[in-house]
Amino acid sequence: MGSTDTPGGRRAASAGPVPSPPTAGGTVGLEPAPETPDDQPVHAAIPASGIRPYDQPMPDIRQNAAEAGWRRGLAGGLAFLRRRMTGDYAVDDFGYDPDFADTILMPPLRVLYEKWFRIDTVGMDNVPDTGGALLVANHSGTIALDAVMTAVAVRDHHPLKRPLRMLGADLVFDTPFLGPLSRKAGNTLACNPDAERLLSCGELVAVYPEGFKGVGKPYSQRYKLQRFGRGGFVTAALRTRAPIIPVSIVGAEEIYPLIGNIKPLARALGFPYFPLTPTFPLLGLLGAIPLPSKWIIEFGEPIPTDGYPDNAADDPMVVFNLTDRVRETIQQTLYRLLLRRGHPYLG
Amino acid sequence: MAGLVILVTGVTRFIGSELAGRLAGNPAVDRVIGVDAALPEPAARARMGDADFARVDIRNPLIARVIEAAGVDTVVHASASATPASSAARSMAKEMNVLGTMQLLAACQRSDSLRHLIVRSTAAVYGASSRDPAIFTEETPARSVPASGPGRDAIDIEAYVRGFGRRRPDVRIAVPRFADIVGPTVVTPLTRYFGIAPFVPVVLGRDARLQLVHESDAVGVMEHLAVGDFAGTVNVAGDGALMLAQAIHRAGRLPLSVPAFSLGGLSRAMRTLRLGGFSPSQVVLLSTGRVLDTSRLRERAGYMPRFTTVEAFDDFAATLRPVLAGESVRQVEVRIAGALGVRPEPVVTGPTASRRVVTTGGVAHPSGRAAQATESAGGVATTTVGGCADDPPAADSDRPGADPDPDAGTGGRPRLVGITGDAAGPVRRRRTR
Repeated sequence: MGSTDTPGGRRAASAGPVPSPPTAGGTVGLEPAPETPDDQPVHAAIPASGIRPYDQPMPDIRQNAAEAGWRRGLAGGLAFLRRRMTGDYAVDDFGYDPDFADTILMPPLRVLYEKWFRIDTVGMDNVPDTGGALLVANHSGTIALDAVMTAVAVRDHHPLKRPLRMLGADLVFDTPFLGPLSRKAGNTLACNPDAERLLSCGELVAVYPEGFKGVGKPYSQRYKLQRFGRGGFVTAALRTRAPIIPVSIVGAEEIYPLIGNIKPLARALGFPYFPLTPTFPLLGLLGAIPLPSKWIIEFGEPIPTDGYPDNAADDPMVVFNLTDRVRETIQQTLYRLLLRRGHPYLG
Repeated sequence: MAGLVILVTGVTRFIGSELAGRLAGNPAVDRVIGVDAALPEPAARARMGDADFARVDIRNPLIARVIEAAGVDTVVHASASATPASSAARSMAKEMNVLGTMQLLAACQRSDSLRHLIVRSTAAVYGASSRDPAIFTEETPARSVPASGPGRDAIDIEAYVRGFGRRRPDVRIAVPRFADIVGPTVVTPLTRYFGIAPFVPVVLGRDARLQLVHESDAVGVMEHLAVGDFAGTVNVAGDGALMLAQAIHRAGRLPLSVPAFSLGGLSRAMRTLRLGGFSPSQVVLLSTGRVLDTSRLRERAGYMPRFTTVEAFDDFAATLRPVLAGESVRQVEVRIAGALGVRPEPVVTGPTASRRVVTTGGVAHPSGRAAQATESAGGVATTTVGGCADDPPAADSDRPGADPDPDAGTGGRPRLVGITGDAAGPVRRRRTR
């Protein structure tokens, strides 16, 4: 399926004129701000289902800005502020706010992604263009930057610019500022009802089964996968018959090498761990700057879940086997990617 | 078979009176008896239309005689679960809600004629916390059971209703759980909260999803359940969600982020300065989002809400006087753009979170505020403009504390229709203070 505008048309019909991204390039230079359908701000494309259609490409802000220069960007920024002031934007039932996420959150993360970590993505064609899929990834790096970078990878480098809906710990949603921000970015609580609902809506869902055991593990344990939860993610995939895509992330382990854990402080603050890295808290806020390691994110071959009988999700043996298979795949891929990367920082 | 004989409680308030009026006009219904401890305001009486009114407190055993005498086969308990702002009104409302429901159920249990029971509940029974899934179905267990407040009351009420169901399995019981109700007419603590101007206090670092149901949909669902055959618990909410800060902006106001611990002081200060009051606990509740799954309402109960959450809110917000109108924001944008020498982007009137546009009216709904007012005119025949002039009677008729003190607004001792249940009011009031 090479063309990008065929599947989106059906749902976009309710949201005004169908955006036609491929033709937008033709009007460059004739007018500073052509009133073509791609003037539609990103929020206008929320479909009747309340969830952004994965199969409809995002109007690419960067591209538009490059086309018409800074004027276009400035006008876009003003329009964004106006939408904020009048509340003229849309969120879905989970609180995903594409307008906010793409305008405010993505640009700085993109810099981090491209310039700081120099991330290579491999196997993006394993991420489907349509329908739900469960991305299962390793988790590391003291703070969950790996999850954020995976979301940037899919949003920017998938041919259809699909949003990635990640599942996070309740601690995230409990934290002031971070909690609402995380919801606006499209994430939700890691629990089976939410995962299954998103998957059956045809969304790309990402889960990090290692959780805090993975992010908060010492540097000496790097690239050794921790326990993979209780396999709740597998039951979610089995119930919705969504394929599981193993995602292996190399590079995040080195951004904040965790050499110590101040447990009493962690307990006092209610954190799962309190990190001690070569630069933090020694250098204070400066220590919060991640080290510029070289990253590779590989999206592995999808593991289908539709071949199992109906009640497979309730069969612990099937769930355990599938969990192990996903875990093994990621672990082997990590070893392979490590060899390929070479030096952690020079890459 | 003769038509239904329906008893509606809480007819001094908007939902009860509007529902009584609608049911009275329903061809499947023979007779509607509205009851309340207080006399309805003229506006509420007008909404009741052909329905009869009996002044009887549901906490009084006389209610059993009304049910018996009229041969009531359907009881619609519409007045439960008000959400009062002040703590004094809280204890009053708790007595009214929980004890009133107990007494009403006791009366229902004795009735041979009773076949259907509808008890209005609230989505507050789910609580809301960061450990809850984003979307609640009717089966989702509450992880953070509210310790007090309207949610707690509603949990107690639902428990009594389940007990009643065990003792009277022959009665069809429907329990709709409503999201917060808004609209041009209804007055609740939530609508008062959005009326604060120009700055609406919110908890710093929090922004949560808000889901609403329009008052005409709330009445519509109650009517649908009363004359229909759905049994069980069902979530009622408009489609989609909007963020609290977004709602404040849509109402033409600005959110004022304050730390949670300073809400109490701010609330007291604002009351002292007569800038409008709000309940700190309510604001905290609003900082944890909750969205309901309404597929059971559509698929099994067979009711399609006409308003989405955003449409319902806009319809309500049209009655508020905006401090910061959308047009002036646009003017500022155009002016700044002009000063900077750039061309402002056109305003796109895209549908904002209006899910299932097909079911609401065929065409995509323009999100312009003017369009909302015209649509609402069909459902609720009241003046939506000039909200200030219309507010006082509505506020009185819908004030949660209005029921327990019947003579506050009406002055003299009114004559009743048949039954004298009025003595309870002032006496009980003295006892609680």
